[in-house]
Amino acid sequence: MAESNNQSAETKLSDVHKRIKAAFETFDNAANNTVDVREIGTIIYSLGCFPSQADLHDFIAEVEEDHSGYIHLDRFLPAMTKVLLEHKFPPIPKDLLLQAFEVLDKDNKGYLEPEELTKYMTQEGEPFTQEEMEEMLTGLADHERNVIYYKDVINQLAIDPDM
Amino acid sequence: MGCGTSVATETQGKRVERDEAVQTPGPALTMKAAVLIQRWYRRYMARLEMRRRYTWNIFQSIEYAGEQDQLQLSSFFSFMLDNFTQLNGNGPDLISQLLDPVVDPWLDREICYSLILVPESYSGPRLSFPLSVSDTNALLAAFKEQQTLHARYVLQLLYETKKLLKQMPNIIHLSTSYTKEITICGDLHGRLDDLLLIFYKNGLPSAETPYVFNGDFVDRGKKSVEVVILLFAYLLLYPDNMHLNRGNHEDYIMNLRYGFTKEVMQKYKTHGQEILQLFQDVFSLLPVATVIDGKILIVHGGISDQTNLDFLSSIERHKVSGNNQLCLIVVHLIECFHLEQIVDVLWSDPKIQEGCSPNTFRGGGCYFGPDVTQRLLLQHGLQLLIRSHECKQEGYELCHGGQVITIFSASNYYEEGSNRGAYIKVGRELVPRFYQYQVSRTTRKLTLTQRVRAAEGSALRALKEKLFAHRSELMCGFQEYDQNYTGRVSVSEWALVLEAVLRLDLPWRTLRPHLARLAPDGSVEYQSCFEDMGPGIPLPQVTSNLAETLFRYRTDIEIIFNIIDKDHSGLISIEEFRHTWRLFSAHLGVAIDDSAIDDLARSIDFNKDGSIDFTEFLEAFRVVHKLDSKDPHLSEKMSRKKYS
Repeated sequence: MAESNNQSAETKLSDVHKRIKAAFETFDNAANNTVDVREIGTIIYSLGCFPSQADLHDFIAEVEEDHSGYIHLDRFLPAMTKVLLEHKFPPIPKDLLLQAFEVLDKDNKGYLEPEELTKYMTQEGEPFTQEEMEEMLTGLADHERNVIYYKDVINQLAIDPDM
Repeated sequence: MGCGTSVATETQGKRVERDEAVQTPGPALTMKAAVLIQRWYRRYMARLEMRRRYTWNIFQSIEYAGEQDQLQLSSFFSFMLDNFTQLNGNGPDLISQLLDPVVDPWLDREICYSLILVPESYSGPRLSFPLSVSDTNALLAAFKEQQTLHARYVLQLLYETKKLLKQMPNIIHLSTSYTKEITICGDLHGRLDDLLLIFYKNGLPSAETPYVFNGDFVDRGKKSVEVVILLFAYLLLYPDNMHLNRGNHEDYIMNLRYGFTKEVMQKYKTHGQEILQLFQDVFSLLPVATVIDGKILIVHGGISDQTNLDFLSSIERHKVSGNNQLCLIVVHLIECFHLEQIVDVLWSDPKIQEGCSPNTFRGGGCYFGPDVTQRLLLQHGLQLLIRSHECKQEGYELCHGGQVITIFSASNYYEEGSNRGAYIKVGRELVPRFYQYQVSRTTRKLTLTQRVRAAEGSALRALKEKLFAHRSELMCGFQEYDQNYTGRVSVSEWALVLEAVLRLDLPWRTLRPHLARLAPDGSVEYQSCFEDMGPGIPLPQVTSNLAETLFRYRTDIEIIFNIIDKDHSGLISIEEFRHTWRLFSAHLGVAIDDSAIDDLARSIDFNKDGSIDFTEFLEAFRVVHKLDSKDPHLSEKMSRKKYS
């Protein structure tokens, strides 16, 4: 399929729009082009971005309809397109992630105890809910030893196909 | 935003610190590390949530598309009726074969269950009527041990149930004043485990624990017989405390298509037909609605703007098959309005938009909006509508400002981990409380990842089969964009073709990595969509065109075979086969060569006695997933080494 450079830029933009719309529509329960503001984080993360909570707050402030609790596609689409095209919230490289875990693993054990991880996740970083913590422990802990071998976990969770 | 870079610098700093063997990293660094991990984890969970949602979309789209096919089959029957004069004398017999089952269920049938001998060797429950608690306990214990109730007792149970139901009105009125609370359950679809779990959590049916089961007890699940026997047994034991509403699956045609008929015939080879006949009588006699305290209306599907409870109470419900189209053929036009009332109540779905429109997905009933609900509730002094009919991830869902509740009691309906089941408890204050549960095959709690993966795998298999079933149309579509036969189209074009041909509202781009391969230049190699699939038993006479058509319509064909095969022997004559096939393809407008069908018929008649074992025939048009090691038939086929 031969395409000129102009066309490929246009198709690229159109593809980005389609991706954003597809992600948005998955949470648009009422089929009226709006989503609950609480779902925005999930949508942005699922599009491959890694904003912090502060980043999310700023983004939401830009696109929310006057504190209605809803975000309309008309405002989300241009803002999100910009984020994707400018690579605003870049992904975390694996080795950086590993180092982060090693920072938390103060005794250099090669794994983290569930209590340790819980302490850091709920007391240290940004607000992390009880539910998130429970699911994280169920998901990441080794079944037999009940500890988190973070090297394995980083590799495991990265295997899923990238969209 | 800069966060990434600053951590990198910090971490490099940390490395230096470590080399100098300084003590533990400072609090600021720990904080940054924690934040990083949280962000990474949240992104991963968001992707998982995304996959869970589109998996759900796939299952729902395919399920509703399947129900649309139901419409096709029904219109085939009307086509047959219209054209029967052209059937060269074979017509009337064939038609009467099709319509014969719809005999007035009010009539008493000659059921000589007392003549059926139960052998000494039978170790299952021996029921004595009228039933007592020891009988229902025996049934529970037996079914937990995978035992089957003897045909004689099944027939007797059904006969007694039929007698009881004849005395019941169309709408049952209940009161909370005599009991503590009423429990309301939704679709069970043959899931015995879910029913047992409900009984375990909530208590067995009794005077203190009254139940309403809101239809769809059978089909799809593997234990429909056991589920419905238990429900009927408790109905006989506690007729004032056990209440069953009819669902759209309590119907002859639905049972043919969705598995109940097959299950009965497999479990009861000798008396299956009689048992099925009685089941159909009983189903048609089930009440269609329940009202609690004059305030809460419970029906299986929903309502329409024509629904009128007084009128609904007055019609003869047993005359109405739950199946829309077939009814129109059988029932006189005068009674059309009657049947529509019942069909609406069994098939309708609520929607967000106002108004009432025909339910095109299901082929029967309506989509009803919040205004329709409001009007009906006001008209009859009601405050709440409880219905089922649609699978919900949490087992229940509220809509129409809380005036409609959907309750669904078959957990893991699409796949292990796909959804929870739930039931409602309501007491004198008439405030519903929800109880959720999920049947789990393993004792170890599955992680969300494992559940999503399993559900996703299952959904994608089903989707791939759909692609395979429409292969020629899809290839045509692709080739329109690929005039130079490069074998590639762009991702957008690929998505457009899929949407146009399959008409499933799914996020095709997101699904693309699972369905098709990309070429190095980023375009889609569209042939790769079909690579993973192959025919069950390749028959050399069968062209790929014929194979595809037969695969696509195999469920319908199976249904027609089952109707023709009156004695459920699994065999039909070649003439009948040829005849039905010609009609079906004429109706579909599919050009299949007569001689191709003849060749096919002859080749399938393996023992040359003029009859076809259609189960074997259909096996040939089962699709095998070549790369799927979990496919139970694959290893068998592999050992035969017959791949073309």
